[in-house]
Amino acid sequence: MDYKSEIKKVSTAEFFPAVIMMKGENWRLVQICATTVENGYEMSYSFCKDYEMVTLRLDIAEDQEIASITQVYPCAYLQENEAAELFGVRIRNISPDYKDNLYRIDKETPFK
Amino acid sequence: MAKRSIVPFGPQHPVLPEPVHLDLVLEDETVVGAIPSIGYIHRGLEKLVEKRDFKQYVYIAERICGICSCGHGLGYCLAVEKVMDIEVPDRARYLRTIWLEMSRIHSHLLWLGLLADAMGFESLFMESWRLREKILDMFDETAGGRIIHSVNCVGGVQKDMDSSMLQDVLRAVSDLEGEMKPVVDTFLQDYTVQSRLKGTGILTKEDAVAMGAVGPMMRASGIEYDARLLGYGAYNELTVEPITSTEGDCYGRCEVRLKELFQSFDLIREAVGKIPQGPVSVPVKGNPSGEYFVRIEQPRGEAIYYIKGNGTKYLDRFRLRTPTTSNIPPMVEMLKGCQLADVPLLILTIDPCVSCTER
Amino acid sequence: MNKVSKSPWLLHYDASSCNGCDIEVLDCLTPKYDIERFGIINTGDPFQADILLITGGINSQTERVVRQLYSQMPEPKVVVAVGICACTGGVFKECYNIKGGIDTVIPVDVYVPGCAARPESIIDGVVRALKVLDAKQAALKDSGR
Repeated sequence: MDYKSEIKKVSTAEFFPAVIMMKGENWRLVQICATTVENGYEMSYSFCKDYEMVTLRLDIAEDQEIASITQVYPCAYLQENEAAELFGVRIRNISPDYKDNLYRIDKETPFK
Repeated sequence: MAKRSIVPFGPQHPVLPEPVHLDLVLEDETVVGAIPSIGYIHRGLEKLVEKRDFKQYVYIAERICGICSCGHGLGYCLAVEKVMDIEVPDRARYLRTIWLEMSRIHSHLLWLGLLADAMGFESLFMESWRLREKILDMFDETAGGRIIHSVNCVGGVQKDMDSSMLQDVLRAVSDLEGEMKPVVDTFLQDYTVQSRLKGTGILTKEDAVAMGAVGPMMRASGIEYDARLLGYGAYNELTVEPITSTEGDCYGRCEVRLKELFQSFDLIREAVGKIPQGPVSVPVKGNPSGEYFVRIEQPRGEAIYYIKGNGTKYLDRFRLRTPTTSNIPPMVEMLKGCQLADVPLLILTIDPCVSCTER
Repeated sequence: MNKVSKSPWLLHYDASSCNGCDIEVLDCLTPKYDIERFGIINTGDPFQADILLITGGINSQTERVVRQLYSQMPEPKVVVAVGICACTGGVFKECYNIKGGIDTVIPVDVYVPGCAARPESIIDGVVRALKVLDAKQAALKDSGR
């Protein structure tokens, strides 16, 4: 039994419509991961439906702002706040936005 | 007009062993909203992957959480093995499965005890934890540790069980199964327990999907999904059937976990019956390069491990999405409308594991 | 005859542990190990506690909680650091959010190493702490309090 687990690259313009489509097709949001790469970030949003998994990969520049998906998937707030606080990804309109007070650590964040 | 007030809940709280904080918005005695704040156990373990090489990091992964330790080690190793294209020997796959099922039994019994304690049913708490010792003794005998076992390594397992150990495990499982009967009856049929559990904290099937619930919480809301069916370890050769309940209340979640205990007993028996002879690990050469997402079913639900290697012995990124991270948003949803006195019990029924969540 | 060490009350706090030591501390209360045979009762209230049992290293958020719990406990009091993280920081020592062992914040009387500390060694640590408690009480008496 090998179930699908693929990573799909999407552009910033395609990203939000793709998330809305996922929601329409009843995919569950399972994971959001930010990775620091040279001059920017790699954002991975994973969705599951039954036993299949699809990851939307979004490459963004360091100062590029992206929209929060909490309007579509309300449960995304913890993981989006984490990406914003620890990695410094600029995410607009997270609801609720902890404004870098999720982990409240002494060391200066985000980590570069 | 009901009076609104905000009650802080935690971090040091008599019911929960771990520090977690919630701001509860109340209208008289009814909860209308809750804002979770975490970070009391945040250590920054994902970042530590940059300072430890990928083989050493197995020990760190196991210490992300002391209850789910075995599964974290396994999930991390599976991800590295997938990236490096390592084929694990058959005996190692079976041993991993047996240890993982044993840790599911220990975790569920621990949870049942805490649930009883949250209801003030102290003798039931003591009984559940007394039974749990049987499994801990088996961990002690087979792996040499009660809580942190360090059995998984990249390329297989570090320890082998000889046939007398396997027989001891079978005997412990049978003993436990026999002694579980009165405990199960109390949890499912006792009038007092039912009056606390039935009809409280209902999570509908729709909410469970929308808020991303996982594990027993999701199955108790009637969704048939068990990541063990993905077939990692030896699960592709064993019989796994997702256990569900339709109510979606605290009673349903308790019922699912109790039935999963018996499923684990059967899985261990089946695995011991089928375990092949052979080596338990293969040598590992080279360094990981590439990325992969692994999903495994922890006692608390589906956990996702992601690694990204760059060809050196230090990984670029390790990411772990634990079951409790996913279960907090549905818990907040579930708390709306409940009574203040039920809050500790409701929080407990998601089986929160704060160390996992905050890493 | 010293009364406090015959029935000391214990307060447990998880500073930033992995849960491993915490469930072993709870295990000490259950039938197999049964720490109550020493007259010890687990309490959630720092005002009534004599022994503070801490697991895990100190991070920036738990620092003030630990200080506060310690200051709320009445004299004489002893602190037991359970597990290697509570003693020195352990495997988490190099993490960005870990300051080190409990003794970076409050004085520790008994160290119980182990990862996870076994119930036998936790009980041993608590019994040692009782002797420290006796000594501290005698010192208090001598100073006329």
